[in-house]
Amino acid sequence: MTRLVVGPFNRVEGDLEVALTVEDGHVRRAEVNAPLYRGFEQMLLGRDPRDALVITPRICGICSISQSAAAAQALAGAMGLEPTPQGAAMAALIHAAENVADHLTHFHLFFMPDFARPDYATRPWHRRAVERFTAMEGGAQRRAVQARAELLHVMGLLAGKWPHTLAIQPGGVTRAPGLREKARLGATLRAFRRYLEEVLFGGPLEEFAALDTPDALMRWGRGDVGLFLEIAADLDLLALGRGSGRYLSFGAYRQAEGPVFAAGVWDGAAGLLDPAAITEDLSHAWMTGGAQHPFEGVTVPDESMSAPAYSWCKAPRLQGRGYEVGALARQVVDGHPLALALAGGGVLARVAGRLLELARSQPVMEGLVTGIVPGEAFMVQGHLPRSGRGAGLVEAARGALGHWLRIEGGKIAGYQIIAPTTWNFSPRDSAGVPGPLEAALEGVAVEGPGALSVQHVVRSFDPCMVCTVH
Amino acid sequence: MKTLLWLQAAGCGGCTMSLLCAESPDVIETLEDAGIRLLWHPALSVETGAEVLTLLNAITEGRQVLDILCVEGAIARGPAGTGRFQMLAGTGHSLMHWVERLAPRAAHVVAVGSCAAFGGVTAAGGNPSDAVGLQYDGGHSGGLFAPDWRAGGGDPVINIAGCPTHPGWVTETLMLLAAGEEIALDGFSRPRFYADHLVHHGCPKNEFYEYKASARELSEIGCMMENLGCIGTQAVGDCNIRPWNGEGSCTRGGYPCINCTAPRFEDPAHAFVETPKVAGIPVGLPTDMPKAWFMALASLSKAATPERIGQNAKADRVLVPPTLRRPK
Repeated sequence: MTRLVVGPFNRVEGDLEVALTVEDGHVRRAEVNAPLYRGFEQMLLGRDPRDALVITPRICGICSISQSAAAAQALAGAMGLEPTPQGAAMAALIHAAENVADHLTHFHLFFMPDFARPDYATRPWHRRAVERFTAMEGGAQRRAVQARAELLHVMGLLAGKWPHTLAIQPGGVTRAPGLREKARLGATLRAFRRYLEEVLFGGPLEEFAALDTPDALMRWGRGDVGLFLEIAADLDLLALGRGSGRYLSFGAYRQAEGPVFAAGVWDGAAGLLDPAAITEDLSHAWMTGGAQHPFEGVTVPDESMSAPAYSWCKAPRLQGRGYEVGALARQVVDGHPLALALAGGGVLARVAGRLLELARSQPVMEGLVTGIVPGEAFMVQGHLPRSGRGAGLVEAARGALGHWLRIEGGKIAGYQIIAPTTWNFSPRDSAGVPGPLEAALEGVAVEGPGALSVQHVVRSFDPCMVCTVH
Repeated sequence: MKTLLWLQAAGCGGCTMSLLCAESPDVIETLEDAGIRLLWHPALSVETGAEVLTLLNAITEGRQVLDILCVEGAIARGPAGTGRFQMLAGTGHSLMHWVERLAPRAAHVVAVGSCAAFGGVTAAGGNPSDAVGLQYDGGHSGGLFAPDWRAGGGDPVINIAGCPTHPGWVTETLMLLAAGEEIALDGFSRPRFYADHLVHHGCPKNEFYEYKASARELSEIGCMMENLGCIGTQAVGDCNIRPWNGEGSCTRGGYPCINCTAPRFEDPAHAFVETPKVAGIPVGLPTDMPKAWFMALASLSKAATPERIGQNAKADRVLVPPTLRRPK
């Protein structure tokens, strides 16, 4: 048995270290460490509750809007306020644009460059992978960087800037778009659709979104997506790094009539989500205290960094069990047939879940723009209570993000955050049960100096480590 | 070709994400065009693990020339000065340790963002990780490095402050360094090409400001200085001269400037979106404005506010258009 420590683990957002125990060339045990602690939950205590809208987005430069949306929803909960329908729609559009941009960033900048490595030089697709996906040089990558920057003009129009906006508020959004903004947003989104259909997918998005079986998916054969699927078939990426098949989603883009992508859990069958059953286990985190629901939870780091803990990350559990979150989880919980057929799958399933969501999110964004009614109220005012509490449960690109806020004496008395990668890259709990990534890595073959299979599995989750510990 | 190494210290990675929003040309082409070769960037480079360690060791041992070191994020010194709140994965050493060893090898050291410059949001609210900037601790000179520390090229750490940084601030600093130009710096070591401007310059709410026609609540389009905590008249930055993400800025988005280019902006001692007042009068004057004149002009202009401006200030869109003047 040998012990292998993989790091610096780049092309993930933030700091990540993976320690592997390897036996007979395969991972026997994995320990995931989030090696950066900043203490946002401590920083927020005693502040004006509205400051959460400034501070929490700055947890993460890639999921910044998601943090805004969760904070705004937690504040709205404490205020007993609902955003206006038009305000909620614009918050959803801003949020969807970030999630879509993040999926694009993950595919091109973080995930695909590994297939251009010389390790794969003998594979029939390698030359094309080099042309399209080489880091900083590949044609697909460069085109994606441009398309992403242009898509984010949505932020310039509605959110002031990205990342780190204050545009999303408990009662809606700070900027009311008029007819000319509506026209410009439409043009921006049509340009983005052309990019997706001509370059990334190589075909109509609606056609991709209508795929309902893994076989149909693998026959897609067009665009950079087709090249990925060819690689995935050759390397059997569906079997690599399989998940538990247990998924959770808080529901994405909450509107008055409900979320655009449903909330719930999946464990072979659909189930209702009970947020009251969430706890954070601290047994293997460098934290003091016991397992608590996030409304009662505290964050007190163990500065001695004592064993058996091995990460700053807490271990969130729902009814005592770990869950995988992310685009695949969202699409499974939403009941999309392709996602359901891929449930429990590995690297391919997670990446396909993201691509499916890209194809399904574009029409959602277009519909939100079509629905803009200039002159309607985009924000409603409210008042903060002296004491109260609220939860903000949203879906970041990488999965379920929750903020739990307690207000006492007009100040923040408790603020706990569970980020998507806190779920996915959770350490073990008090029963010794590993987190989703740790479990997915068990049995993976460790070959070559870079252990490329391990790299694929880790990146297939699109981890955001700055959010994980915060 | 000039070599560039980019490290992410204790921060959110948002300055890199913002940099990826560079346009015409995009960031990758801009760097190539400037003659900059990226040795490694955590989000952009293919190299990982042992490959990175080999590179870092080559730099610290002087076998690889390093022209520009960019550090994004604050330096977490805790717990108890060990730096163990941020370990550089796979190396057994803190990021603080690596920056201390790499920076002396670089001709230029650039702090990207307010965290790397001053500590920033990572140092907010009691500073749980004992974070500092590279050469500043908040507004005080001296952070990880002493006030008289100089990079190999003779400059102090260049502070591209901002939360996040505008992509243009970063690309232009790098272009100037690669071209061998001297970058003029202000009193907090920020490039003067953007720090000589105020966020107020070019703010679309300027007419409201002139008449102190104020928004009372967020979403109203009036000036946000009197009630909503906006300090764009004091904050440095050309945010309203060159837009963000196409045509945005904070004040264009309808929310106040929170002075994110300044040291200690993260702890303003009042709610960010509320202007502190004494006896009903806002505290804090526009930069370089004598108080007595400001008070006199404010009360005069407030009294002279045209109906159009007064009405629009309290609405979420322009209700009353400008009066037309027809040619004779």
